[in-house]
Amino acid sequence: MAFLEVQNFRKRFGDNEVLKGISFSLEKGEVLAIIGSSGGGKTTLLRCLNFLETPDEGTLSVGGEVLFDAAEKRAYTDAQIREKRLHFGLVFQQFNLFPQYTVYKNIALAQTLLAKRALRQKKEDLRAVCRIADKAERRRLKAESKDILTMLREEREQRIAARTEELLARVGLSEKRDAYPFELSGGQQQRVAIARALALEPDILCFDEPTSALDPELTGEVLKVIKGLKSSDSTMVVVTHEMGFARSVADRVLFIADGVIEEEGTPEEVFDDPKSEKTRAFLRKSLEDVFA
Amino acid sequence: MQEFLEISLDLLRGFGVTCQIFAATLLFALPLGLVLAFGSMSRFKPLKYVVKVFVWIIRGTPLMLQILVIYYGPALLFGWGFLERVVAVIVAFVINYACYFSEIYRGGIESISKGQYEAGQVLGMTRAQIFFRVVLLQVIKRIVPPMSNEIITLVKDTSLARIIVVEEILKIAYDYTITGLIWPLFYTAVYYLVFVGVLTLLFGFLEKKLNYFRV
Ligand SMILES: Nc1ncnc2c1ncn2[C@@H]1O[C@H](COP(=O)(O)OP(=O)(O)OP(=O)(O)O)[C@@H](O)[C@H]1O
Ligand SMILES: [Mg+2]
Repeated sequence: MAFLEVQNFRKRFGDNEVLKGISFSLEKGEVLAIIGSSGGGKTTLLRCLNFLETPDEGTLSVGGEVLFDAAEKRAYTDAQIREKRLHFGLVFQQFNLFPQYTVYKNIALAQTLLAKRALRQKKEDLRAVCRIADKAERRRLKAESKDILTMLREEREQRIAARTEELLARVGLSEKRDAYPFELSGGQQQRVAIARALALEPDILCFDEPTSALDPELTGEVLKVIKGLKSSDSTMVVVTHEMGFARSVADRVLFIADGVIEEEGTPEEVFDDPKSEKTRAFLRKSLEDVFA
Repeated sequence: MQEFLEISLDLLRGFGVTCQIFAATLLFALPLGLVLAFGSMSRFKPLKYVVKVFVWIIRGTPLMLQILVIYYGPALLFGWGFLERVVAVIVAFVINYACYFSEIYRGGIESISKGQYEAGQVLGMTRAQIFFRVVLLQVIKRIVPPMSNEIITLVKDTSLARIIVVEEILKIAYDYTITGLIWPLFYTAVYYLVFVGVLTLLFGFLEKKLNYFRV
């Protein structure tokens, strides 16, 4: 079984069937590029992976664990969905940085919130231990658990700080750590968004046309960061219109048209020797766009 | 001079009542407005429509009429006793302003892009975390200008309390005109202007404080 398995995803909005049975798999450390014309369902597919939409049919598993199975017919609780989501990260076309926080805080926020929740849990556990202890013991235990908590908190804080600095360096924005999003170029904002998505160490990082909202001269810096992630063995799913990028970075390419996979294979197979007429037409069209 | 001081103090007493209505209205209407805003955005349809109709009625009728209904209504309809006058005025103001505030809140909340919520969601945040850590400050920044407008209007609307003989500043000044003294009536403008001036400075300060980011 592959690391990421998507089987028979179907999704409709009213009468509009957007995904008509999408199945694919991906090995750990591989990069999958998804190409296809507008309205084909690429964004919807990524949103299904990230539990922003619920497929009507299909199953999803990561590392052998079934995360979603439409046949189960039971609604997950919010907490369960949050848990499952953490397997995935998503970089949006429009960045969606939090405008009121600095670059550093944007990246650190989710980690801080998770750590806080973990600490609160720990605190409750320790309190439960105190409660069953006898009176003499209790005082000593209380003092002790206070120390433990302080230690844990400091250790977590340090770890978050170190990780955030490392991510800043990785996207080349260490000197912008205290800037606010509006002070950054689009390319820089998108690099922050990538670092933010990496912060919780998702198993699979998804990108939805990460460079489409950027001026052409800014796409390079973002693509370079994504290329850099490939060499560090991240598993990625990248929806993109940049054919050159897809060819050079992807291990495998999916061409999606009207909610079905028209073509799939290695970049060479899809770009140099496409089987389907639709794929050929699409590739011809995107070449024309480049030279237009 | 003696007369001027005496009348100034008398007006100040009325201004105290004005401030009392103003403060109590803010204190209760600001949170109540938020509750109404969430009601009007509820996914539970009946609640949503009840709130929307309520807001429509309150915003669609004069505040003066609402004050009269709150004061005389219980007695005329059910034969209950009268509320204390100031209390009746405050109740009417709270209901009225909560409705206006709720529309401002709603506009502010709905103006936040879906992407902000989704960014929070994919980072594993809870609904509460998304609201308090991501959305709230952006909403506040958006609503400060319309809120300051509404709150400045409130300062002047307090003069409507006169309709059920609450001794606010304008009522007191008006009573002087009956004795033939006209100037106190115009003199009240000074009190209002000072109050609104202070509020304007406060809101300007708040806007500036929130200027460090852009939404
Ligand atoms: N929430 C929604 N409600 C209704 N229809 C939707 C919704 N989201 C997407 N759609 C429809 O689903 C179809 C596929 O949309 P999707 O955004 O997945 O396409 P895409 O391949 O990402 O296109 P693009 O290249 O333009 O980004 C479109 O026809 C769109 O109108
Ligand atoms: Mg899309």
